[in-house]
Amino acid sequence: MADSAIAAETKPWRSGTAEPFIRIQNISKIFGDFTAVDDVSLDIYKGELFCLLGGSGCGKSTLLRMLAGFETPTQGSITIDGQNVAGVPASERPTNMMFQSYALFPHMSVEKNVAYGLLREGVPKEQAMARTAEMLNLVKLGNFAKRKPHQLSGGQQQRVALARALIKQPKLLLLDEPLGALDKKLREETQFELIRIQESLGVTFIVVTHDQEEAMTLSTRIGVMNEGKIVQVGEPEEIYEHPNSRFVADFIGTVNLFQGRVDVVAPNEMRITGTEAGDLITKPIEGLSAKQTVSLALRPERISISREATSAANCIPGFVEEVAYLGNLSIYRVNIASGKTIKVTLSNLDIEGEPITWHEDVFLSWNAGSGVVLTT
Amino acid sequence: MRRSYFLPIAALVGFLFLYIPIISLVIYSFNDSKLVTVWGGWTTKWYGELFRDPQILGAAWISLKIGVISATIATILGTIAALVLTRFGKVRVRGLLTGMVTAPLVMPEVITGLSLLLLFVAMEIALGWPAQRGVLTITIAHITFCMAYVAVVVQSRLVDMDDSIEEAAADLGAKPVRVFFDITLPMIAPALISGWLLSFTLSLDDLVIASFVSGPGSSTLPMVIFSKVKLGVSPDINALATLIILFVAIGITGAWFFMRKQLK
Amino acid sequence: MSLSDTQNGRTASLLRKMGFSGRGLVIAVPTLWLLVFFLIPFLVVLKISVAEPLIARPPYSPLFVEGPDGWSIKATLSNYAYLLEDSLYIKAYWSSIKIAFFSTILTLLVGYPMAYYIARSQEPKRSLLLLLIVLPFWTSFLLRVYAWIGILKANGTLNGLLISLGIINEPLIILQTDIAVYIGVVYTYLPFMILPLYANLVKLDGSLLEASADLGASPISTFFRITLPLSLPGIIAGSMLVFIPVIGEYVIPALLGGPDTLMIGKVLWTEFFNNRDWPVASAVAIAMLIAVVVPVMFLRMAQTKAEENA
Repeated sequence: MADSAIAAETKPWRSGTAEPFIRIQNISKIFGDFTAVDDVSLDIYKGELFCLLGGSGCGKSTLLRMLAGFETPTQGSITIDGQNVAGVPASERPTNMMFQSYALFPHMSVEKNVAYGLLREGVPKEQAMARTAEMLNLVKLGNFAKRKPHQLSGGQQQRVALARALIKQPKLLLLDEPLGALDKKLREETQFELIRIQESLGVTFIVVTHDQEEAMTLSTRIGVMNEGKIVQVGEPEEIYEHPNSRFVADFIGTVNLFQGRVDVVAPNEMRITGTEAGDLITKPIEGLSAKQTVSLALRPERISISREATSAANCIPGFVEEVAYLGNLSIYRVNIASGKTIKVTLSNLDIEGEPITWHEDVFLSWNAGSGVVLTT
Repeated sequence: MRRSYFLPIAALVGFLFLYIPIISLVIYSFNDSKLVTVWGGWTTKWYGELFRDPQILGAAWISLKIGVISATIATILGTIAALVLTRFGKVRVRGLLTGMVTAPLVMPEVITGLSLLLLFVAMEIALGWPAQRGVLTITIAHITFCMAYVAVVVQSRLVDMDDSIEEAAADLGAKPVRVFFDITLPMIAPALISGWLLSFTLSLDDLVIASFVSGPGSSTLPMVIFSKVKLGVSPDINALATLIILFVAIGITGAWFFMRKQLK
Repeated sequence: MSLSDTQNGRTASLLRKMGFSGRGLVIAVPTLWLLVFFLIPFLVVLKISVAEPLIARPPYSPLFVEGPDGWSIKATLSNYAYLLEDSLYIKAYWSSIKIAFFSTILTLLVGYPMAYYIARSQEPKRSLLLLLIVLPFWTSFLLRVYAWIGILKANGTLNGLLISLGIINEPLIILQTDIAVYIGVVYTYLPFMILPLYANLVKLDGSLLEASADLGASPISTFFRITLPLSLPGIIAGSMLVFIPVIGEYVIPALLGGPDTLMIGKVLWTEFFNNRDWPVASAVAIAMLIAVVVPVMFLRMAQTKAEENA
C-alpha cells in the first residue's frame, strides 16, 4: 500500500488518475505537403523531466516549438496547467525555452541576458538584478556576470542559456538539444548538473534530444518519436527492457533481432521457428496466433558466450569474428551458421580464466526470458 | 617557379593602375602650372581658389544636405523593406516588393532619372506638386534608389542572423516591437551603418539622376564638377578631388582600425 | 489567477489587433514609396513614349483627348518605328553590349590575379590590401573618371612620359576614343569585380590545391582544373556587377569617349537634353528596358536560383 502511494506521488503517470500538468491532444503540424507532427497525444506531469527522443526530422523540435508558441498547430490543442494556450503568443506563455544554439543576445552581458525576462515582466531593476545574481550562482557563473557571451566557453554559454530560461520560474521549461554542442566529457557532467537544477527548482522540463544515452540518464520518462508520431512512452528502463516495436528496440541501445513465425505456444514457453538462428525458445506474450510473424529482440548483454555448449533454453554455435576491448566491457561480433552477425557484450569483470578471443569457435546461450517478442 | 613571380607582379601592376590616377590628381592639385605636362612648382593657390568659388561651395552644401537626408530616410525605408521581406512571414505584396527592391540595382541610371523626371512633370500637371524641381525632387530620387541598396545589405544581415535569438527574446516576454528595438536593431546596426554610408556615397556621387530631376538653382556638386571637367582639366577640381580623397582615406582607415579593435 | 488570466488574454488580443494594423502600416510604407517613385514612373514613360512631340510645355501630346465624341485615346507607335528606322539606335545598342562585354572580360583579367593574390595573403596584409581596393570606391566616381583625362589627353601625362622617354615622337590619340572608354570602365569597375572574386577565392580550401599537387598536377594545371572551375560563381557574380551597369553607362563615354563612341545611355541623354525630344527619349528608355533590363532580371533570377540549389 505504502509503496504504491509513494509511486503515485513520484511517478504520477503510473496511477492512472493523476491530473496531467501538460496535456497535448491530437496535435498535428503540416508544412506544405510535409507532416512534421502527426496526431500526437501526450500527458506530462508536474515536476517531470520528460525527454522527446528521435532522429533528425522526426518532429520532436516542431512539437517543442508548438509548446513554446513559435509554431501554430495545424490541429489539436495544448493545455498547460489547465490553460488552453491556443492563440497565446510565445511572449505570454508560462513556458520558457533553452535553444539549441543557446541564442544568447550577443550585445548584452551575461547579467543582462539573464535579467532580460524579468525586466520584460516589469520586475523592478534592483530586484531583478538580485534574482539574476542568485540564478547565476545556482549555475556557478557568479563571477562571469559582466562578460559578453563570446567571452565564455561553450559550457559556460550553455549555463547562461539555462539561467536565462529559468529566471522567470516558468511552469514548463523546454530544452532543445541542451547538451548537443558540448563535448562528450562535459556533456556527461552537465547531465547530472541539469538534473540537480531541475530537482532543486521543481520546474517541469521537456527535453528534445537525439542522443539515447542522454535521454536514458536524464529523464523520468521518454517519448520516442518517429516520422511525426510518438511510438512509445515510458520510463527509461521500460523503454529499454520492453520496447514495443522493432523501431524502438533498434533505436534505443544495441539489439539483435531475429524474425520468425510463432510455432508452439505453451503456458510458460513458446517457440519461434524459421529465424536466422534456427528455432528459438522464449516466454510467450498474449494475443499471438499460430504462424504469425514476430521478431525476437535480444540485448547483447543478455547473451552469454562460452567455449562449451550449455543447457540454457537457447544455445547456438558460432565463430568469433571480432572482439573490441572497451575497458569496462568487451564487444564480440559472432558469426552463426546462417551468416548473421550477433553482437554480444561481456563485462570484463565477469571474465574468468583465459578470455575468449578472435577466431574461436564458441556457443551463444540465453534463457527463455532474456528476449522480448515484438509483433510490429 | 615562374608562377610564384607572376601573381605578385600582376597584383602590383593592378594596384598601381588603381592608384596612379588618384596620385596624379593629388600631385597636380599642387602644380602651379595649369598644364599637366609642365611642373610649375608647388602651390596651394588652387585650394584658395576652390574655397573662393561660390558655385562649388554652394553645390557642395546642397550635395551634403541631400546626401544626409536621403541616406537617413533610405536607411529607414530600406530597413523596413528588408524586415518585411525576411521577418513578416506571409505577406501578400512580397513578390511585388521583392521585384521593386531588386530592380533599381540593375536599372540604368538614365532610365531611372528620365522616368522620375517624367513622373514629377506629370504630378506637377495633375496635382500641382512638386511645384518646381530641385533639392526635394533630387532627394526623393536618391531615397528611391538608395533604399534598394540598403534593403539588400540589411536583408543579407537579417538572413545570416540566427532567428532563435529573436525567438528567445519573444519567449522571455518581449512583444514584437520590443524584440525589434532590443535585439534586432542592435544586431543589424553594422549593416545599417554600412547601408547609410553606401547611400550617402551614392547620393554624393550621383550625376545622372540628379541632372534629370534637378531644377534651376539646385545644381549638385557632381553636376558642377561635370560641367567644368567637360571642358578639360581644371586645377581647382584637382584640389577638390584631393580633399575628397583625404577625407575618405581618413574616414575609411579610421573605420578599419576601429573595426579591428572591436574584433580584438 | 483566472481573472488576471482572462485580462491578460484580452490585452493580448487587443495588442494583436493593434499589432496587425501596425504590421499593415509597416508593410505599406516601403511598398507605397517604391510603387509611387519606382513603378508608376515607368507607366508614365510608357505613356509618353506613345505620344507625339510638341513644342509646348510639356513637350508631348496628351494620351487622352477630349473630342466632340467624348474622351478618346490618342497613341502612336511612330517613336518606336523611328528607333528601328534610324540605324543610330540599333548601332548604339550593339555598341553598348560590345563595350560592356569586352570591358567585363578586361576587368576580369586585371581583377582575377589581384583577387587571388589578396585571398592567398596573410592577415593583416590581406585586410590592408582589401582596404586599398575598397578605398577608391568610396571616393567620387566622377573624379576618378576625370583623373584619366589628364593622363590620356594629347598633351597629358602618359604622352609626356612616352615622348620624354623617346618611345614615341607623336602623341598617341587615346582620349575621345573607345580605348579611353575601356580604360575608364576597367578602372572604375575593378573593385566590383575583385570583391566577389575575393569572397569566393578566400573560401577555397587550400588542401584542395595541395591534394591536386600531391596527385601530380602542375601549378598551372591545378589552377585551370581546380581553382578556376571552383571560382566560377565569383566570376559570374563579379561579371554581372560590371556588365549590367556598364551597358547604361553615361559618364564614362561622355567624358572619355569621342563623338563616335556610341552608347545607349549617352544616346538617351542627348535625345532628352540636346534634342528635347521627350517621346523619343521615352521610347529609347522603354526599348532599353525591354532589351537590357528584362534579360538581366531573368539572368539574376537564374543566378539566385542556381545559388540556392548549390
